[in-house]
Order: sequence, then structure tokens, then C-alpha cells
Amino acid sequence: MAEALLTLEGVHTHIGEYHILQGVDLVVPRGGITVLLGRNGAGKTTTLRTIMGLWKPSRGTVTFDGRAIGGTDTPTIAQGGIAYVPETMAVFADLTVEENMILAARQGPPDPARLDWIFGFFPAMKKFWQYPAGVLSGGQKQMLAISRAIIEKRTLILIDEPTKGLAPAIIESMIGAFAELKRDTTILLVEQNFRFAASLGDQVAVMDDGRVVHRGTMAGLSGDETLQTRLLGLSLDAHQ
Amino acid sequence: MTSAPATTASDAIPKVRLDLLPILLPVAIAAVAYPLVGNLTTWLTLTIAALAMGMMIFVIASGLTLVFGLMDVLNFGHGAFIAIGAYLAMTVLIPLSGWTQADSLALNLLALLLAVVVAAIGTGLLGWAFERVIVKPVYGQHLKQILVTMGGLIVAEQLIHVIWGGDQKPMTLPTALRGAFTIGDFALEKFRLLAVAVGLAVFAGMMIVLNRTRLGLLIRAGVENSEMVEALGYRIRRLFVGVFMAGSALAGLGGVLWALYRETLTASIGGDVMVLVFIVIIVGGLGSVGGCFLGAILVAMTANYVAFLAPKVALASNILLMVAVLMWRPQGLYPVAKR
Repeated sequence: MAEALLTLEGVHTHIGEYHILQGVDLVVPRGGITVLLGRNGAGKTTTLRTIMGLWKPSRGTVTFDGRAIGGTDTPTIAQGGIAYVPETMAVFADLTVEENMILAARQGPPDPARLDWIFGFFPAMKKFWQYPAGVLSGGQKQMLAISRAIIEKRTLILIDEPTKGLAPAIIESMIGAFAELKRDTTILLVEQNFRFAASLGDQVAVMDDGRVVHRGTMAGLSGDETLQTRLLGLSLDAHQ
Repeated sequence: MTSAPATTASDAIPKVRLDLLPILLPVAIAAVAYPLVGNLTTWLTLTIAALAMGMMIFVIASGLTLVFGLMDVLNFGHGAFIAIGAYLAMTVLIPLSGWTQADSLALNLLALLLAVVVAAIGTGLLGWAFERVIVKPVYGQHLKQILVTMGGLIVAEQLIHVIWGGDQKPMTLPTALRGAFTIGDFALEKFRLLAVAVGLAVFAGMMIVLNRTRLGLLIRAGVENSEMVEALGYRIRRLFVGVFMAGSALAGLGGVLWALYRETLTASIGGDVMVLVFIVIIVGGLGSVGGCFLGAILVAMTANYVAFLAPKVALASNILLMVAVLMWRPQGLYPVAKR
């Protein structure tokens, strides 16, 4: 396995009185896609939000690129090279696609070559450049949320359920985009769509009850129906 | 960078809805009022007075709507900045009475400009202290925000009594701004023209900043989803403080105009106008500067026409306006997309 880019050791997170993460141990190697799987409420989104500093860990360490970032504020974490695509997409609806992208490019005006690269993945972004993000379809908003995350070179991108609620045709296009994207950056992907996850993932971690209960290669999990059924209560075949 | 595959993703043309209906409301109200008033000169006087009043309320309310939208803070202490702005201006204008009473437009305006600058800077700095000491500890706690900011307003009013005395103060207009231009039977008060000009300038300035600058983009994005702005790497807390200071300074500027309009000054001048200010930002849509502008004009028009046509219902007229607008558009005329 490549060197670790992100490491979580014994991370606990409380939200109000609820103890959501109960000692998460996770390693994301540099390069490729690591998929975080698990049933609803297992703690996947909380894990991403804790990494991003949107919720502070009450215990444990989060190390990114050799630096401890647990408890660091969100802007500092983002400036350190982590981008975040939340489950809600969180595009700025009153801003145009262009304005969303300008805001995401912190180092100055968006690089035209980089934009062309993004338009290659998501042509709709070029077509609707001057449209308010609020009028885009769900799939287009997801494209914008991902485009925003990659407008500048990031070391790690956290993406939370990008295929949720999207039409199969759009999911297919996303698979192509992500396959290309992972050559450029490291991705930690939370996903419920096992087929999507299995087609892209290099590494996998499965969460349950606020802990990581399995870590390994995605090929290993995809090829082991018994393991899938035990960890996820499903098999890849059942989803094809 | 390698070439990427084209996608087959949905690219249907989105429908952009041009929502012009609220803009037509003031025109419709004015049109309905004309036959009821029954006299062109009276109608014009009432309409110009409403526009002037609306612009002053807009200047006061514009900062508060951004504070509401961006920071999710219910600042009932906004009235303190209105009053302190007016008192600071009065403090500047008294020793400059030679300039304000001179028969020179330039000297009159220079004195007024100095007073406005001192009021805006003073209330801006006070806004910084207010945010750090009073508002910061209660972010995200609406009930406590109402209590402590209301407390802040009361403390500020009492401090005004201590510093400037409890009696009513005269706020005399500079010579050149007294009186009116007359066109036939119609008299156009000079100060009302100035108020309209200042309101329009503030509105134009805010729209340019919000729509043409990176700072404006950040503010608009922050009003929608401050968490995502932080996740993009921006320190929203600094923006909060900056917007709070700007909002306080605008309240100070509005306070100067309001006091000159009333030509008297009391410590409760800010608290008294806050009901109108809250109606304006609720009618306009919390966080929307354009909605606030329109809301201010609507509120002022309703207040003026109803006070002339049916004085007994004048007090309730703006509440009724708010109820009517919220029944039509529960989020206000131009709601800001939220989180």
C-alpha cells in the first residue's frame, strides 16, 4: 500500500449528547480512491465532517500529510489542501456557476486550462456558466459541487454520496469522471451505491456503529460475496 | 493533465425565472392611491415623502438584513447605532453651527459630511465592540440573542442620557437644506431629495459590492451557507465582524438622516423606528438587500398613504402589509436561498 496521506486513530466525535464516532481508525493511502461504506447512521458523514473540522473530535488524532489537524478550524484545513463535497452539494444557489467557481478558486481567477479540463468531465458546466446554480438539475448541481472541489489542485477530496438521487445516465458519466480524477488526486468517497463504489474504489473501509469494522482492498471485498453479506447485508450481484 | 472523457450527463436548459412582480407592487400601490387621494399635488407630495422615508429606512435596515442573513443573529440592539449615530452627528454639528447656518451650500454640505463621517466611523467601531462583547458569546442561540441585544439597546439609551442628557434635542437642518423647490403648486422638500439621493447611492454601492466584487460574492455565499464558505477555505468569522461593523455604520448614517428628517432627537429614536425596520427586512426577505430596498419603499408608501386617507388605521397599516406579503410569499418578497 502507498504511504498514508490521512490517518485517523481512535477518533471519537460527539454531536450534542450523542456519541457518534466511537474510536474510528482509518488510513487513506496517497493516490486513488478509498471508499467508506456502511449502512445509514454508521458514522460515514460524521467521519468526513470531523476530518474537515466541521465537527471537532472529542478524542483521538487526525493526521493529514504528516500534520495533526484534529481540532484545527475548517478554513485552515481547507487551505492545507483538503476539499469537501457534502452530501447536500451545498452549491450557492443565488450565485451563478461562474461565481461558484470563482469563489472556490482561492488563489486567483480560475486557470483556463484547468477549467477546460473540468468542462471535459462536465460539459454542462460550460453550457450553464452564467446560470444561477439554483436553477440547475440535481445532477448538474452535483457536477458543480465536484467541479468546485477540483478547480484548483487539492491533495485530498472528501466526497459524500455523490450519486444520491441521480439518474443512472448521470451516475455512468460520474464513473468516467472519477476514474480520470483519481489520477490527479486522492479521494475519500462515502457511497451507498455499492456498484458505483466497487467500480471505482481501490481501498475500502466499512463502518458500523461509529467504528471501522473492516479495511482492505475493494477488489477483495467485491470478490467475496460472503464478506459483503456479513459487512453490508448485501452482495454486489444483488445490486447488478 | 490528461484529456478527460466527455459525459452524457443531463444538460437540459434550466428555466431562469425573472421575478418582477414584487417590483411592480410600489407602482400598483401608488396607482391605487392616486384616485383615493384625489389631488395630484397631494399625491405627489405623499409619494415623494414616502420615497424619502423609504430610503432612510432602507439605509438603516440594509445592514441589519445582512447581519440577519449572514450571521443568523437577531440583533435587537440595532436601534442603539441609529441613536448614537444621530447624537454623534449632533455633537459635530453644534460647534459647526457657523457652517450649517452660513448661506453657502458647500459649507452646509461639508458640515453635514463631517457629521456623517464621524457618525459612521463611531457607530462602526461601536459595532465592532458590540459584536465582540455582546453578540459573539451567543452565536446560534436566538433567545439569548434577543435578550442580550435588547439589553444592549437599553444600556445604550441610558448611556445617551448620561452623556448627552435626557431632554429632547433639536436637530436643525443646514440652511441650504431647508425649504422646498416649488414646481407650480407642488413643493419638493430639499432634504427629502437629499435623503432619496443618499438612499439610492447606498443601494447602488451595496449592489456593486455584492455583485461585482469577491467580497460581495463571499457575503452572498455566506448568507446562503456559511459552513460551505468555511469549507472552501475562507474565515467567515472575520467577514461576520466586517459586515456587523458596516451594518452598524449604515445604521449610524441612517440615524443622522432620520434625526434631521424629524428635526428632533431623543435617546429612543432608534428603538422607536426598529418596528418599521424589522417589518421591512421581513417583508423583503431576510438577508436580501434588494428585498430590503423594495420593502422599505412599500412600508413607507403604505404608512404615508394610509396616514393621509385613514389616520385611525395608520398604526396597524404596516403590520397588515406584512401579513399580506407573508400570506403571498411566506419567505418575503425576495427570499435568499438558505442552507
